[in-house]
Parts: sequence; structure tokens; C-alpha cells
Amino acid sequence: MENREKTIELTGIVKRFYIGKPHELEILHGIDLTVYRGEFVSIVGASGSGKSTLMNIIGVLDRPTKGDYRLDGLDISALKDQELSRIRNRKIGFVFQTYNLISRTTALKNVELPMMYAGVGRKERTRRAMQYLEMVGMEERLYHKPDELSGGQKQRVSIARAMANDPSIILADEPTGALDSRTGRKIMDIFHRLNREEGKTIVLITHSNELAEETDRIITIRDGEITGERRRI
Amino acid sequence: MLFLENVLLALGSLRANKMRALLTILGIIIGIASVIAIMSVGNSIRTSVTSSMESMGANHITLGLRQKEPEEEVTEEGYRFEGGMGQVSMSEEDYLTEEMLEEAEKEFADQLEGVLLSENVGEGKVKDGKLSSNVSVTGANTPYLKSQDLKLLSGRLLTDRDQREKKNLALISDRVVRKLFGGDTGKAAGSQIEVYLNGRYYNYTVAGVYEYDKSAFTALPEEYISTELYLPFETAREQTHAAPGYSQITLAARSGVDSREFSRKLENWFNQKYFRHNERYEVSAASMADMVKSMTGMLTTISAAISAIAGISLLVGGIGVMNIMLVSITERTREIGTRKALGAPGGSIRLQFIMEAVVICLLGGLIGIVLGLLLAAAVTKAMGYAASPSVEGILFSVAFSVFIGVFFGYYPASRAAKMNPIDALRYE
Repeated sequence: MENREKTIELTGIVKRFYIGKPHELEILHGIDLTVYRGEFVSIVGASGSGKSTLMNIIGVLDRPTKGDYRLDGLDISALKDQELSRIRNRKIGFVFQTYNLISRTTALKNVELPMMYAGVGRKERTRRAMQYLEMVGMEERLYHKPDELSGGQKQRVSIARAMANDPSIILADEPTGALDSRTGRKIMDIFHRLNREEGKTIVLITHSNELAEETDRIITIRDGEITGERRRI
Repeated sequence: MLFLENVLLALGSLRANKMRALLTILGIIIGIASVIAIMSVGNSIRTSVTSSMESMGANHITLGLRQKEPEEEVTEEGYRFEGGMGQVSMSEEDYLTEEMLEEAEKEFADQLEGVLLSENVGEGKVKDGKLSSNVSVTGANTPYLKSQDLKLLSGRLLTDRDQREKKNLALISDRVVRKLFGGDTGKAAGSQIEVYLNGRYYNYTVAGVYEYDKSAFTALPEEYISTELYLPFETAREQTHAAPGYSQITLAARSGVDSREFSRKLENWFNQKYFRHNERYEVSAASMADMVKSMTGMLTTISAAISAIAGISLLVGGIGVMNIMLVSITERTREIGTRKALGAPGGSIRLQFIMEAVVICLLGGLIGIVLGLLLAAAVTKAMGYAASPSVEGILFSVAFSVFIGVFFGYYPASRAAKMNPIDALRYE
């Protein structure tokens, strides 16, 4: 395992909010975490433990106050906002608990969106979006709008969207949190398949130990610190 | 590529909120419609005024007498004296005379078509028993008649010989013929007519009948319309016992001559030759081209000024667009956050919302242009002018709509672009 290629390297990550104000708040107190290419890792913690903040930093949606973050060897702190946008667009696929689909447009257009920002031509991105939607079993709902889809279907669309631009990492924040257990099961199966068959590195954020048990490695976070790490194999 | 995407995105979000979009657009529609209507109506008036002035003679130059600026400083009293009493104190040696005009005709033979002379005798009636028709009796020389461009229906025009021999001949309109001869123009030519004028009866022989130009602007009802009755110039002068000399005359320049330049040359020539030693008067010449120019300039200024006022409603419309864009961005905070998470750079978010504002404004602008043109067509029709849509107005409106969209869309769009993706994603 240790000789595999590192993709996410966090060293001494600290995140504070309201810096310099009386109610300054430190959420992360120095996190060290390394994720290897092709790994399926889960980060488990109760709400308020700082796991979402950690995910935002991993997803380069936010910058750490202190510490060093290297993504595929690239020093994130040295990059400009526009370069971070590019990394989110090409390297990382997000799956949110609340799906965050654009409600006015079809499933197909939603999946096309990241490719539009990547400058992929119209025909090519429609072709690829159809392919990804087929991969998650949504090929019969291409032209449905999000409010015409069930929760599980929406999450499938959002996974297809995360796959657009073929990122190496998928960040899933409580992806089954709003779904019933049977639907959640199917979503988890998709993640396993993407990990196994497509070789995606998957970071799953969850508060459910049961789901975490399915992953290669379980990292427990509590009050802004990593309190446990367990390899399942 | 991305441009088209953004237009489609903008149209999509407008469709999603039709009522709101319509209300927002309304301000722009009203603003643009009023600007277009005003500019088009102004344009129509300008076009018809210009063409009617030009039909009076585009090559005409009017020579008039103007009081010389007194050399000593003008006191308020002095000024009033000059202005109020000046005309009365005009005496015989101040007038333009036949000799001067003859000299001018010799001097400028290559540029001067002729001197248009007319003498207004007065308003009268052609009578035959109970039948009568209003006429305004005018003595006219050959160049003047030529400039009137009369369309002869029967008989002949007045000849140079008629003019020289001061014959008692008259040209009458077909309107007079309709009243007195039952419309028989052939019978009218050569007949004797009796004209009641200034308390006396005069007899003339009808030389010819011309067609009355119906297009001439008039607001009078049919029976009051007075048509011109032309006499030879000298015949008329004798009737009015006019003093020799003119205070104002019209000259016609030959075709191809720049009448504005020629009018300046004439003015100098007359002043150098005849009025240098006249202490009170000098000649001032104005070409029809000059007058048309100053008239159209005035109309342009007026319509631009009114348009500017209408432009204020555009400003208000633009503020409405900005307001609705801010609302829309707040509502779509999550969408913006999602787009950013998916890798949209700030610039692309900004472009999206600016395009949305531009599409709103442009849509309003286009509807406004159509409404404005319809309004202008209705107004010009009611006023009796030919509709003449202002092309500059249309181009200006399109450009201005885009400008309003960019200007009032920029701030909301920048706010969207600068949104922190995490806050935006977390927004409920």
C-alpha cells in the first residue's frame, strides 16, 4: 500500500474562521492525512467535528489558514483562484448530500455543465454526458428536470456530473444522507464500481459507521483532530 | 461558443420567470419606445419641412435689407430705437433697385438663373353673378412663375411680351374654373373674368389655367381655400402704385451652383458696390440651403432634447434591471456555488449574469423599437406627415440597450462572481 502513488497530502492543516475577531474559531487543529491513488477512504465524524470543513479544503473550495496541501504534488497554497477553479473542474468531482443540480435544466445539461466550463465542444459533451448517465443507469431520464426525478435518481445524475471531465478524485459529502437505505445501497454500489472499474480515488464523508465499514480505510475525526485510522483489509 | 451558451442560459432563466422578466423589461420597453417614437416623429417632421422648403426652391437666395450695427456702443435705449423705428425710417435710396438687379444679372450671368419678382396685390374674389372663388392676386415675373413650377391645364403661361406690355392677363387655378366655369378649362382660357379686389372691380383675360397643388399644406376647409391668381409683374405694380425698389427679393441660382457660397458672394458684391456708403442699411443674403440647414438643425436639437428626457425613463428601467438581477442572484446563490464547485471561474459567472442583463435589456429594446415605430407611425399619420423611421434612433436604441445591460448588470454579476463557493453552497 505505502508504495502507491500519493494523491492528496495534507500536513498540519489548521482552519480558523473569523480571524482577528473576538469570536475567532479554530475548526481544524492540524490535520495530517495522505490519500493514495485509487483508494476508497471514508472520513467519519459527528456533525460539528470539522469533517465538512476538511472536505472543502480537500476539494480546494477553501484554503487552509495554516499547513501544507499538495494535490498530485502541486502546492495548492501557491495557486490563484482561477487555477483552483480549473483543478475543481478537471481533477475533482463533487457529490453533495443535497445533489445541487441546476433545477431549470435537464439531467443531460446538468452533466454537461462541467464540460462546458472545460471548453468541450457541444456535440462531444452531449455524447459524453449521455455515456456517463448511462453508466449510472439514467439513460431513460436524459431530458427530465431535477424536480421530475426521485432523490436516488438525482444523486445518480449528480454522480454522472461528478464523472464529467474524468476527474481522478471523487469527493462525496454524505451522498446517501437524504436517501432511504435501499436507494442509498444502490448509490454506494455505484461508488464501489467507480472505484474498482474506473480506478477513481474516492473520499467519502459520512457520519455513518456502517457505510464507512465498506471502504478501504476509515479515518475518524473528532473536534477538529484525527482520532483514529483503521485499515479494513 | 461560450457566448452562445450564455445567451441560451439567459433565455432559459427568463423563461423560468416570465412574469418577473416582463415587469423588469417594461421599464426598458417604455423608455426605448418613447425615444424611438420621438426621434421618428422628429425625423418625419424634419423630412417634410425640408422637402416642402426645398420644393419652394432649393436654389433660391433671398436678398434682404438689414440694419447696420451702429458703431457706437449700444445702450438699451439706443437699441430699442434702432430696432423699433428702423423699418419706418427706410427711405427710397435704401431700397434695392432695378438697376442694381440688372447689374447683378450681368455680373453673375453664369451663376444667376434669374431674379424672382412678385408683387402681392391682395386677397380678392373672382366673381360671376352669384358664383365666386377666393384668390390671392400676385404679380409675377417670368423667373418667379418658372420657379412655381405650374402645371398648365389649358391656355398658356405669361410670356415675356405679356410682361413687357403689361397686359391685363391672368393665370387662374382649376379651382376657380370649377367654381365659375363648371370645370371646363378649355372654355375658361381666353374668357374674361371679373375680380373684386380692394373695393374695386378689375377685368382680366384668362391666359391659362394651372393645376392647384393639393399637397400644399393647409388646414382650411375647401370653400375658404384661396388660390393664386397670377398677373404680369408690371401690371400688378401699376395696380398697387408701388414705389420703385424692393426691400426684399428672391434670386434663383443656376443648377449646379453652390447656392450657399453664391449667396455670400452676392451679399459681398451688393454691399461693396451699393451699400458701402449707406449708413443705415446693408444687404443680407440667405440661401434656401442655409435656411433648411438652420431649420433642420433646430428640429434635430429639439427632438434630441426631448429624447434625452425620455432617456431618463431608460435610466429608471436600468435600475429596475439591476434590482431584479440582485434579487435573482440572491435566489440563485446555491446555483452559483454549485457552478463554482464544478469549476466555473469567476469571469464565467460574471459573463453569465451580464449576458442575462443584456438579454433582458435587448429584448426590452427590441419590443420598445417595434412599439415606438408603431406609435410614431400613428402620430405622423395623425399629423399628416409621411412616416420616416429614424434609423439612427433604432441603432442607438439597440446599442443603448446593450450598454444598459452591461452597465447595470455589471455590479450584480460581479457580486455573483465574487461569492465564496462554500458560503454559496451552504446558503439556504
